[in-house]
Amino acid sequence: MQRRTALTALALIGSLTLAACSGGGTPAADGPVELTMWSWASLQKVADLWNADHPDIKVTVQEQGGGDELVTKVITAAKAGDGPDLVQAEYQMIPTLVSNDVLADITEQGGGAKDKFTENVWKQVTLDGAVYAIPQDTAPLAFYYREDVFTQLGLKVPTTWTEFADVARQLKQKDPKRALTTFSSNDAGLFAGLTQQAGATWWSASGDTWKIAIDAEASRKVATFWGDLVAEGVIDNQPMYTPAWNAALNDGTQVAWVSAVWAPGVLTTSAPDTKGKWRMAKLPQWTAGSSATGSWGGSATGITAKAAKNGHAKAAAEFATWLNTDPKAVAALVKEAGVYPAATAAQMSGALTTPEFFPNQPDFYQQVAELAKGTAAASWGPNVNVAYNTFKDAFGKAATEKSSFPVALKSVQDSTVADMKKSGFKIEG
Amino acid sequence: MSALLVGPRVQPSVSARATRRTSWLATFLLLLGAIYCLVPVLWVVMAATKSRSELFSTFTFLPGSGLWANVSELSAYRDGVYWLWMLNSGLYAGVGALLSAAVSAVSGYALAKYSFPGRGAIFTVILAGVLMPPITLAVPQYLLLAKVDLAGSYWSVLLPSVLSPYGIYLARVYAAAAVPDEVLEAARVDGARDLRLFLSIALPMMRPGLVTIFLFQFVAIWNNFLLPYVMLADDTTFPVTVGLYSLLQQGASKPALYTLVITGALLSIIPLIALFLGLQRYWRVDLLSGAVKS
Repeated sequence: MQRRTALTALALIGSLTLAACSGGGTPAADGPVELTMWSWASLQKVADLWNADHPDIKVTVQEQGGGDELVTKVITAAKAGDGPDLVQAEYQMIPTLVSNDVLADITEQGGGAKDKFTENVWKQVTLDGAVYAIPQDTAPLAFYYREDVFTQLGLKVPTTWTEFADVARQLKQKDPKRALTTFSSNDAGLFAGLTQQAGATWWSASGDTWKIAIDAEASRKVATFWGDLVAEGVIDNQPMYTPAWNAALNDGTQVAWVSAVWAPGVLTTSAPDTKGKWRMAKLPQWTAGSSATGSWGGSATGITAKAAKNGHAKAAAEFATWLNTDPKAVAALVKEAGVYPAATAAQMSGALTTPEFFPNQPDFYQQVAELAKGTAAASWGPNVNVAYNTFKDAFGKAATEKSSFPVALKSVQDSTVADMKKSGFKIEG
Repeated sequence: MSALLVGPRVQPSVSARATRRTSWLATFLLLLGAIYCLVPVLWVVMAATKSRSELFSTFTFLPGSGLWANVSELSAYRDGVYWLWMLNSGLYAGVGALLSAAVSAVSGYALAKYSFPGRGAIFTVILAGVLMPPITLAVPQYLLLAKVDLAGSYWSVLLPSVLSPYGIYLARVYAAAAVPDEVLEAARVDGARDLRLFLSIALPMMRPGLVTIFLFQFVAIWNNFLLPYVMLADDTTFPVTVGLYSLLQQGASKPALYTLVITGALLSIIPLIALFLGLQRYWRVDLLSGAVKS
């Protein structure tokens, strides 16, 4: 984690050192337009399909590895007038990239793709009315549980959060060695998704004024709920993605996981012995009978300011639109990169085949498509990384000490507001 | 140096008893240190032998059954791109460390043996450079190299590695101690010019120090992550560190390639171990065999 701090510092240094400098050479007028794309997924094979049909626009994918480091790298490259023409970006990073002048406004070139996506997905690639990327994949939240253990112990699959808490207590009573799940503080994305389900909007902008509502009613409800369960000791408080967590999922110490549609991939690695024993269900609801969910992850294809400067915005947007909406492209995308496509038509198409790890749930993706309809809107600001890092520290401490979660939430709000003020954003209230 | 000087004066027959007495506390502490250093290595070795399903489910320090499967899967990944990364790492580290040792030798020798105006100032700047963590320089270096259109090329990783303040500092200290002024003066009296002095007299005497600099620099470049990560965009020019990182961070939807990354990490330290074993004999050469009485 120390490296991450160093990188944040570096991004700062980078942004201070140079405002802008000369762009690279202008490409020759004749010959095909050459575009490069940075991504963490193996997309070259998908791009090859495009290249075969489009001799005038040639796309090369350069795999970079994902995470915060990629954001730092893209920003640094943009400051030097360098970098790719297209970049894969997680939704929550789009405002950061826009405020660092990495992404170009492609409302004109890419805006036509709007009706291929649901409104809430499209919202995540627009900022103040302008379009900055084409959605690639989405990650609606669901409830994953060990079907065999639930049957064996006579537990009912929870449909509301109240039932969820009851099931956690029953399980603790029947088998104290097990826990329903854990509250993990090492990825704020899950918590953010859960607050979206409850109706939270952490960042919102009108004109040049931002409103930060992390410490607001909806998120407080979610924080209190999980904080109480941790304090009561009916769920675990250890972080996810550790060897201990892998072992707990594999040997059935933890029997459920609130996760996104990509969970089968993680379970394949983390809990290899439990193949065919998991089942996915709708996320528990705050109000019985409703069907809201949040997202944890998902990404879009952005077109960089460099591409726009070189006059390639149209070609790049054309490719990004094809990549994420064309049936052939999306099918390849699903096959090569294992994504859950954002395009609504693709979610219903036959491209998605039952995850290998879930042979017992052949209609997995039909169910996902059903619950994806209830995906709540998410909105992000220019300093998601600050909020997420504070979340890790504050909630990590609160989870270990079993202290107040709402207090931790307030500190996330405070540091996010302070950071934005420091960066010169106007904050409402 | 002082150890080497003092060593022979002690009579072996007298010291035999004294040296054989074991200091239990020191041994214990050193053993603890050794365990602390070796356990992670053992973990990597053991984890590399495990197949995907064994990785997190079997006992940590028990070998698994998947080593060859892992190696062949790694070699097959994207048509053997891993071995290309290894070659790149070898190129960056080998050429970078050689150039760096050469630059350090010249600058260290000049700083130690010539007196010229500004020598103190230059040395102070270099000392300050030693204290500066190289990680903070990666982004400014990137911005500079991008201006001259070198970012993304092999040079963008090689050039920043060539100038190593620590190497120059070490070479200066080493030249001051290992190259006696008397020898240089004697050679000068015999008519040797400056270049000849350096190449024929000083350089051989500095060799053990230069081997040390080469090794340090080789390991530093081989293990460097941030500089190549920031500099390089094309994944066929990646060194092994950045390549493995891109394997690890492929997005949430794909099963993580832990076994490949761990196997790759294990294979990537083998050249370092080989290099150390191969070059360690140069360290033992006693410099002071000959020349002057001190």
